[in-house]
Amino acid sequence: MSKVIKLKKGLDIPLKGKAERILIKPDMPELFAVKPSDFHGIRPKMLVHPDDPVKAGTPLFFDKYNPDVYFTSPVSGKIVEVNRGARRKILEVIIKKGDTMIYEEFGKADPLSLSSEEIVSRLLKSGLWPLLKQRPFGLIPKPEQRPRSVFISGFDTAPLAPDYDFVMKDSGDEFQAGINVLRQLTEGKVHLNVCGDYPLSSVYENATGVQLNYFSGPHPAGNPGVQIHHLDPIHKKGKVWHIAPQDVLILGRLFLNGVVDFSRTVALTGSEVLKPRYYKTVMGASVNTILKDNVKKAGLRYISGNVLSGKKIPSDGFIGFFDSQVTVIPEGNYHRFMGWADPGLDRFSASRAFFSWLMPSRKYVHDTNYNGGPRAYVMTGEYEKVLPMDIIAQQLIKAIIVEDIDKMENLGIYEVIEEDLALCEYVCTSKTEVQSILRSGIEMMIKETS
Amino acid sequence: MKLLREKLDKIKPHFQKGGRFEKLHSTFDAFETFLFVPDRVTDRGAHIRDAIDMKRTMIIVVVAMIPTLLFGMWNVGYQHNIAFGIDAGFWETFWYGFLEVLPIIIVSYVSGLAVEFAFAQIRGHEVNEGFLVTGMLIPLIVPVDVPLWMVSVATIFAVIIGKEAFGGTGMNILNPALTARAFLFFAYPIYMSGDDVWISGIMNGEGMVDGFSGATPLAHAAQGNIESVPSAMEMFIGTIPGSIGETSTIAILLGAALLWFTGIGSVRIMASVFAGGLVMGLILNAFAANPFMEIPAWEHLIMGGFAFGAVYMATDPVTASQTNRGKYIYGFLIGLLAILIRVLNPAFPEGMMLAILFMNVFAPLIDYNVMQANIRRRIKRASEGSDN
Repeated sequence: MSKVIKLKKGLDIPLKGKAERILIKPDMPELFAVKPSDFHGIRPKMLVHPDDPVKAGTPLFFDKYNPDVYFTSPVSGKIVEVNRGARRKILEVIIKKGDTMIYEEFGKADPLSLSSEEIVSRLLKSGLWPLLKQRPFGLIPKPEQRPRSVFISGFDTAPLAPDYDFVMKDSGDEFQAGINVLRQLTEGKVHLNVCGDYPLSSVYENATGVQLNYFSGPHPAGNPGVQIHHLDPIHKKGKVWHIAPQDVLILGRLFLNGVVDFSRTVALTGSEVLKPRYYKTVMGASVNTILKDNVKKAGLRYISGNVLSGKKIPSDGFIGFFDSQVTVIPEGNYHRFMGWADPGLDRFSASRAFFSWLMPSRKYVHDTNYNGGPRAYVMTGEYEKVLPMDIIAQQLIKAIIVEDIDKMENLGIYEVIEEDLALCEYVCTSKTEVQSILRSGIEMMIKETS
Repeated sequence: MKLLREKLDKIKPHFQKGGRFEKLHSTFDAFETFLFVPDRVTDRGAHIRDAIDMKRTMIIVVVAMIPTLLFGMWNVGYQHNIAFGIDAGFWETFWYGFLEVLPIIIVSYVSGLAVEFAFAQIRGHEVNEGFLVTGMLIPLIVPVDVPLWMVSVATIFAVIIGKEAFGGTGMNILNPALTARAFLFFAYPIYMSGDDVWISGIMNGEGMVDGFSGATPLAHAAQGNIESVPSAMEMFIGTIPGSIGETSTIAILLGAALLWFTGIGSVRIMASVFAGGLVMGLILNAFAANPFMEIPAWEHLIMGGFAFGAVYMATDPVTASQTNRGKYIYGFLIGLLAILIRVLNPAFPEGMMLAILFMNVFAPLIDYNVMQANIRRRIKRASEGSDN
């Protein structure tokens, strides 16, 4: 039975630079990369070496802790290099694309006629398994485990996020095939959560075998964590998986076409992009080609993902494994005179401490300045205003800071990952690093429970 | 601006690690960040951060206190004029009060900030902005004739024992400004209560208008002289004797509106303090065993320091309850206790200070219970939800 959930808490940060609904098919860049740092809790072991030829779908590395979980190449060509950081940690596996795309063959099949085990083994071999995320903790699921339900959030409420109605247009068959794959993975429901504020797109409307739920409200209403909290809350026991809509298409293509096709539509957004639009590209692609002659002057922050929970990349960096958005905003490395006395007409704040509240419909150019120094907690109740979950976020963060495992567990660490508390970090007057504190708490929990 | 920035950049290395004045790092940092927002950019987590910071927050609270401060200055002059039968114009009256109050503000800021800077230095912390508010609150809640050395001693006591002993701003259990007030109240009771301390210059009694009483409305009420209590309008406007900033309910409401509108003061706490006071007033009305208990419940809200405490003291986010539900309980109990102490305890003419300090101590307990309820609720939901 579908559910309608209206959320009031949250915050839509009004930024400049939303992508126009125009799809561009740029030239494919030369270089692609798979970054192990996009995944939590894995220990990559290399399967290829520089100069090895690869096809799209050839395994590049696997997880030492779960040797069945492979990570595969998004394109065909050859390995250029394996970038390593401190203690030989693998940062990036860089692949140079060949002239023509050659795919590994995995065979076409109808997912509904396959057993759950057969589907899992296809997903593992093809490297699509890591597209699934498990709650609690946002990890890659263990191949032998099954979730009690699967969540697809059909919309994204993050700042400047891509419009999935546009992105998913005309991919009904692939979407349905992907949903069929997910249905074979759980005994429970597959939830497709859509935005209740505007009419349903035909792709979502025609999807079968899912429970359609409507969510409305400001960000983070589109986060799977928030949706799971309201529909199938988890505590100590129970696992729930979620997957992004474009990744459902990738699952679908594996079974419809028998190949690994990591194509994705990516929204190029942000105030410093000259023409923010949608680009047809491939996971792990270098942002070179889409940014070329399309950004303003120097001194920019390039982000794979959104401004709240995306990852910083260099100007010739690579799109992350899970990201459907690239954002470019100005860096904020300058001094501002007497900021505390500034009337602040051009500074956005969730509080009304700046006169920008006079212009509620204004869109802002937001830079990366901290806008103040870090302090001990003084203000309270700020986090609760932007978190539409029954979780006392500030007390949870305090429990993590003092490393109180019991309290973390009781206050709801199982239900959140970084993106869910990203707005708390944004609004914090004390400039607390909420997301990295939360991740350290999650790592403590993983150590404790494994 | 650019010139100033260049100067700062030039001397900055001296205050950093290995520099000549490394020990004065916190002091330099305090002045530098006062002049310029740091150029630090985000490096992990969210790439953008809200424009608000602690300095802005504290400045807004200080701005919210300005109506009470200005009215208080004028009222100091006005009460003085009445007591001595002086006929003076508006500006003269204000100027008299200004000269009386300014030294208290200066002493409070200088002694408090000296301790703050010293502790920041020793701990290697940044200087916290919290004292900007405390330093303004202290002058507003003392009688105008308080000796300056007492203000200084009380401020130093409050900052060291009330705040730094617990780890500094954000860690304290008791509201520092009220700690200073309580210190004064218990250490120098003669200067802090009675009928002669509220109006400037009447301690020695020379030249006063015959038969003049400097008693506050609460003192009149406590003695049963209900007919001497000023009219509700006078108490609402604030033309009555009392601590410098507490008398005018209008000025306090202006501040409350700013705190509420900006989202910096918790309206949950403010509203529930008033609700609690009203409820206790009604209960007392129901028994009505003496004239004080017969005062209309709503009139209690504009008497004494009740409104001031509700808006500026109870809402201190560090010492109040931190959970949303807890804030309602915390505020309500403050209102209840304040009126209870005020009316039924003859030892204390006013109950607001003690009620807030008492509930400061209980705030963590309230939060604990709110959290336990949240935990039970969430566990219950999770087990109900797992139907497969």
